[in-house]
Amino acid sequence: MAVIDIRIELKKGVADPEGSNTKKTLESLGFTGIGAVKTVKIFEMELDGPAEQAVKTGEEMCRKLLANPVVQNYKVTAVR
Amino acid sequence: MKAQDVKVCVLRIEGTNCEDEMVEAFRTVGARPEKVHLKQLLGQCSDGLKRSLEEYDILALPGGFSAGDYVRAGALFAARIKAAVGHDLKMFVEAGKPVLGVCNGFQVLVELGLLPAFDGTMAEQPEAALYTNDSGRFECRPSVLRNDNRGNCVFTTGIKPGALMQIPSAHGEGRLLSSDPRFLDRLETGDQVVFRYVQPDGSPAVYPWNPNGSPSDIAGICNPVGNVMGMMPHPERAVTAYTAADWTRGHRSEDGDGKQIFTAVMKYLSKR
Repeated sequence: MAVIDIRIELKKGVADPEGSNTKKTLESLGFTGIGAVKTVKIFEMELDGPAEQAVKTGEEMCRKLLANPVVQNYKVTAVR
Repeated sequence: MKAQDVKVCVLRIEGTNCEDEMVEAFRTVGARPEKVHLKQLLGQCSDGLKRSLEEYDILALPGGFSAGDYVRAGALFAARIKAAVGHDLKMFVEAGKPVLGVCNGFQVLVELGLLPAFDGTMAEQPEAALYTNDSGRFECRPSVLRNDNRGNCVFTTGIKPGALMQIPSAHGEGRLLSSDPRFLDRLETGDQVVFRYVQPDGSPAVYPWNPNGSPSDIAGICNPVGNVMGMMPHPERAVTAYTAADWTRGHRSEDGDGKQIFTAVMKYLSKR
């Protein structure tokens, strides 16, 4: 059984209110020197079959459900 | 078609809400609404409960949330509809039957590719996104909407162009985005803009009158043919004047502004 990581992140230029609000709150707690804060979602998934096939299946899953191509990019990597 | 013959499918899955308000709204204008679980359309139920989409004249996707809104708002509901009755739904839309999506329902229609659907009935992949509000939080307050449709959308049949309506908004992800630089032009040219947020005097909205930062203050759009409409604010919560935020300060009638949208689609069907 293969394990893959599916990383869903916002495309460049799409505002990330969750990231910027988190940054603001961390700064209010006294943390300094914070640059951009981005939120990313990762699904870790176990799939039957070899890792190579699992990555392909993961990409198909992104196209069909996990990512909206208008605002999100995805990257699927094999963990093992 | 007579009002009492109009059957409305108010579709739900686990975690949907506002379906009761949606049913009540259609009942108020004389139709025969029914709450239908997606499993009933799939036949995963006892025989007496089995339904098929083609029995209905209107499909309404209620607003609130669905399936925990995991992955993205409306994405799971959309994927399940597509897997279960995608073909039937396409036929339903192509038959010219009205489809309404409110709030989460709008998000589902966008995820399904039924809106804006510039090049066909149902796009393979979403052409737009209803993305996190500019404020980064859930926005819940009365909105003022202006009917900016020029006659294409069946849900504004008989509503005067430029008419203002007070309808509540309640959403966290209502900002309409697209990667197509001509997106707004195409919506405008095809008469696919239905409602815009405005200020109470009708002037262009600023936050919080535009609760989510949608470009061009867009609150609702329809497909090129005009029979599929999605909007973020909740007309089904504004069917009587008594649910308006300021109802004690005097209203001209007992009807809320949201009722017009349900009356409009019934008027459209009465001519079919």
